[in-house]
Amino acid sequence: MAAYRLIGTNQTPKDLRAKITGRAKYSEDFKADGMLFAKVLLSPVPHGRVSRLDVDRALAMEGVHAVITADDVPEVSGAAEPILTNEPVYQGQPIAAVAAVDETTAANAVEALNLQMQPLEFVLDPIDSLRPGGPNARPEGNVIVDGDLTEFKWTSEEVELMEGDTFPEDIRVTDEWSHGDLEAAFAESDLIIERPLVYQSQSHHPLEPRTAMAYWQNGKLYLHCSVQSTARTRPAVASSLQMEEEDVIIIGEYCGGGFGSKIAGTVTDRIPAILSRLAGRPVMMRVTRDEETYFGRARPGLQGWAKLGFRSDGRLLASDTIMIQDGGPFGRSGDFNSAGGYISLTYQPRAQRHRGIPVHTNTPPKSAQRAPGAVQALTMVGPLVDQAARELGVDRVDILEINSPPMGAVYYTPDETPLTSSFAREAIQRGREMFGWEQKRELSGQVNGSKVTGVGMSFSPYAAGSSGFDGLLVIRPNGRVTIHSGVGNLGTHSVFDTCMAAAEVLGVPWEEVEVVWGDTSKGLPWSSVQGGSQTTHAHTRANWAAGHDAKQKLQEIAAQDLGGSPDAYDVDGARVFQTGNPSVGMTFAQAAQRAIELGGRYDGSEPSDELHEMTVEAIRNNLVGEGLVGAATDTYSHEGATRSSMITFMVVEVDRETGMVEIKECLSVADCGTVLHPRSLAAQVHGGVLQGMSGARFEHWKYDPRWGINANKRLYTAKPMTILDIPESFEFEAVDLPDPETPVGSKGIGEPPVAAGSVAVITAISDALGGIYLGRTPITPDRILNALEGGTPGYRALQTHV
Amino acid sequence: MGEIRDMMGTFELFQPMELEGALDLLRAHGSDAWVLSGGMDTFDWLKDRAKSPRVVVDLGSIEELKGIEANGDGIRIGAMAKVSEVATHPEILARFPVLAQAAEKVATPQIRNQGTLGGNLCQDTRCWYYRSGWPCYRAGGNICYANAPNSLNREHCIFEANRCVAVSPSDTAPALIALEAEMEIQSVRGMQRVSAEEFFIGPGTDITRMTVLQPSDLLTGIHIPGTWAGRPSYFEKVADRKAWDFALVNVASTLDVREGVIYEARIVVGGVAARPLRMHRVENAIAGRPINDETLEEAARQAVQGARPLRFNDFKIALTRNLVKRSIREARA
Repeated sequence: MAAYRLIGTNQTPKDLRAKITGRAKYSEDFKADGMLFAKVLLSPVPHGRVSRLDVDRALAMEGVHAVITADDVPEVSGAAEPILTNEPVYQGQPIAAVAAVDETTAANAVEALNLQMQPLEFVLDPIDSLRPGGPNARPEGNVIVDGDLTEFKWTSEEVELMEGDTFPEDIRVTDEWSHGDLEAAFAESDLIIERPLVYQSQSHHPLEPRTAMAYWQNGKLYLHCSVQSTARTRPAVASSLQMEEEDVIIIGEYCGGGFGSKIAGTVTDRIPAILSRLAGRPVMMRVTRDEETYFGRARPGLQGWAKLGFRSDGRLLASDTIMIQDGGPFGRSGDFNSAGGYISLTYQPRAQRHRGIPVHTNTPPKSAQRAPGAVQALTMVGPLVDQAARELGVDRVDILEINSPPMGAVYYTPDETPLTSSFAREAIQRGREMFGWEQKRELSGQVNGSKVTGVGMSFSPYAAGSSGFDGLLVIRPNGRVTIHSGVGNLGTHSVFDTCMAAAEVLGVPWEEVEVVWGDTSKGLPWSSVQGGSQTTHAHTRANWAAGHDAKQKLQEIAAQDLGGSPDAYDVDGARVFQTGNPSVGMTFAQAAQRAIELGGRYDGSEPSDELHEMTVEAIRNNLVGEGLVGAATDTYSHEGATRSSMITFMVVEVDRETGMVEIKECLSVADCGTVLHPRSLAAQVHGGVLQGMSGARFEHWKYDPRWGINANKRLYTAKPMTILDIPESFEFEAVDLPDPETPVGSKGIGEPPVAAGSVAVITAISDALGGIYLGRTPITPDRILNALEGGTPGYRALQTHV
Repeated sequence: MGEIRDMMGTFELFQPMELEGALDLLRAHGSDAWVLSGGMDTFDWLKDRAKSPRVVVDLGSIEELKGIEANGDGIRIGAMAKVSEVATHPEILARFPVLAQAAEKVATPQIRNQGTLGGNLCQDTRCWYYRSGWPCYRAGGNICYANAPNSLNREHCIFEANRCVAVSPSDTAPALIALEAEMEIQSVRGMQRVSAEEFFIGPGTDITRMTVLQPSDLLTGIHIPGTWAGRPSYFEKVADRKAWDFALVNVASTLDVREGVIYEARIVVGGVAARPLRMHRVENAIAGRPINDETLEEAARQAVQGARPLRFNDFKIALTRNLVKRSIREARA
């Protein structure tokens, strides 16, 4: 492995002092002269039509400056999400908004809006919408097929099959794919397991609600918003407001968590922008926790069936799955479909069929949530693989290992996709040793008073990198290196960590590197979105490229002035010098001055054609003539799909008298290629495992079926896990082997830990219960106790929102 | 009319320095007035605008409502004592650990530092239908949304359903009943003391209230007699999470055990009825018996006699049985 100075070491993230001292400014911390406050009128019903909305009284109130309704926002077509609407399709959808001198006045004005609504039929549980004559979430239908919203219903026989006791073979779906000879694979199987499964939807609930503040200056929109991605939010906002991109300035230096719900902002960010344009004053919209529950996005729940065929040695030969998606009212979330791909990636079944229906429901909008598709798929299917090990008498870790993707593996989505690398088996092996599996397995079922111990484990891979984006830096005549990062500061620190790649190439100590981020007016390069664990991979590459571009220019300038060929020069210690005679050289400061004098490609006057227009704009507006500009597009080879993975082990104690669970131990080993920044890696591994456990054990998503109203809009009733629920012992390691298809070798690791935590805790609880698999989430104490005591759970096997 | 939630409305705030002043304000404003102690229940209501009082009387400046002090062979706890003070008070820890343990299980450290014992006892039920401002029986309407065939009622009652199926949310209340505490109530009519057991009421008594307190009454202090000091006791709370959660079911017990035989016991279960429920039948059944499996099984049988689960809370039967058994089996001095 290459010897790096920076990569793989712990460095202080550039925002750490600000965060710790409280100087960090989130959207809500900004103020502007004359700033108004916005409050929003939300739909009280899950589906209805505004029959009357009289704004005159509100508008006449003292201190009220603007009121907007659906008539004041750009129209959208089909099942797209509007900014405001006259036909709300979920409880809490914004109908109108008011801007006033303070929040109290704005809230009173919302209460003064004369709203009358005609309630329309609604549906919460996707299966209810698929019943013959069942309600549709939208008047035009309940599913999108070939881009069009249409109606899809099962026959009563199909409903009976779905809700019956055996795997539903003959049932129509909207989406289906397969590979291999499924029938033959089942015929060859020694064990077939089939059962109905539910993964409940869950809100993202980042700690920072999606508050936004907007003002206009010289025709340009300045939008302070809480977003995962900075560069990529600009086109999203411009497009939904029908504006030119260069007229939109996004300021989002800090983001208090997004988990997929703030990838490029949310449509509600546009409300203060529109109000501000109308009122001619800045407008702040502080989003409450209730509002976050409604329009803050959620992971789509899946309900369905799995039928798995295993060979006697535990090898998964056949996988047949049906997944019905609680898609919410807009668009067509892909989780139900990618779930099949993640089964293929994780367990490599020889033959597979994956069927599904993405059903629209009148529940809050769904979006990607950390490891979308995989969390649901593995949480549903993973415990069945564990059950198979138990029934076949196969070692429970061996079954994960023999089914995991080896180096050179492919998987199906259904397209056959090769992996750039997979060190899954190395990770599993290392995890087995570190955990001490051979000894720990003996803990299974050990009883201590009312408590019984269980041991669980999971293997979880996920997408880990894209490519083709730009890197940008400048070396100024003071010798300082400033790296521009269009990556959002979503809490993972990838915005800074990926800059290490450029600093590494230029041999600059981290303390001397400045990073510009979080404000598109400062000139940010074209970047990936901060989602799908792309960033570490994509932007170590882009910054590696920009670093090399700057190095090349330094070498050329030195050769020009000092003689010899550029290749004879190297860089280090803020100097470019002759490799054979280091005393011959010049400082970065001198080279930067020369770059300005030379102009052309050296100082950004003539940026390379390969750069994205956003990067070119950044150079033109902010950097031309400032110094030596390093700017490059990542054109490195990237053959195959980049995937990381993780193995997690867990030890739990279940109290058989109460159903309470205590997590005693948790250990994870990751394959994320070259470790870029150990502390950031720790944060991702631990945070992801906890988030997965939180969804599996705690998080509530309940709707009253009669009224269609949310039962857990407060954070304390949505129940994310607390600090007292975390494992007593929490360890991790990484195999730290470079991915050969990327220059630095690093892959993303934001997402594999989530399903790892979810499945490990479920299999551990099942182990403690002697092999009882509940087949649904969350596994709360009442459900554990019911399973142990033979109580009546109250819900049907596939019922959701309970 | 448009609806706003999670955003507090305006009200007139009074911050009296003395108890007399508070009582005068309550008398003057009657049912328009809202009593604010730590605010942990209050602000939830006010932010949701499900209750919009015109006047709020903040008790936070009244010194005589604070403090924990010895009182004969027992102690008096001011109603405005913080839950965290109750959880960590040396005398409570030494002599009445069941109360300290219950207080320690309330919500989170932040909430325990802000919330008061009086507030924890007087807080309203957490039925989400009711707290969302739905016009149910408890809110003065004529329907219970939690008890329809498909209602979400995992958290609701298995005993004493009477139109309303909401439950008592307090963790400290069962402990205080087990300790035979008395509530000190002040009003313009003077001071009276009510046993903790009688302080809490069910919907059969008054469906709009959780306690005997009338609009102009104040809970000013809690008296714990020395009777149960140092005797075996037990507290446990079962909830989804280990912090920031209300009990699915909680249990508190105090036992008088003489030469291995239960002479007298007080066992109280929360989260199963609108009031913390004293298990009189269990207490009678185990009195005079040794603590053994047979006694525990009998206690478990008696504990759930007459329990009627709703659609989603069948588990509370088993949980009540198991917790009552544990409260006898695991009680320690």
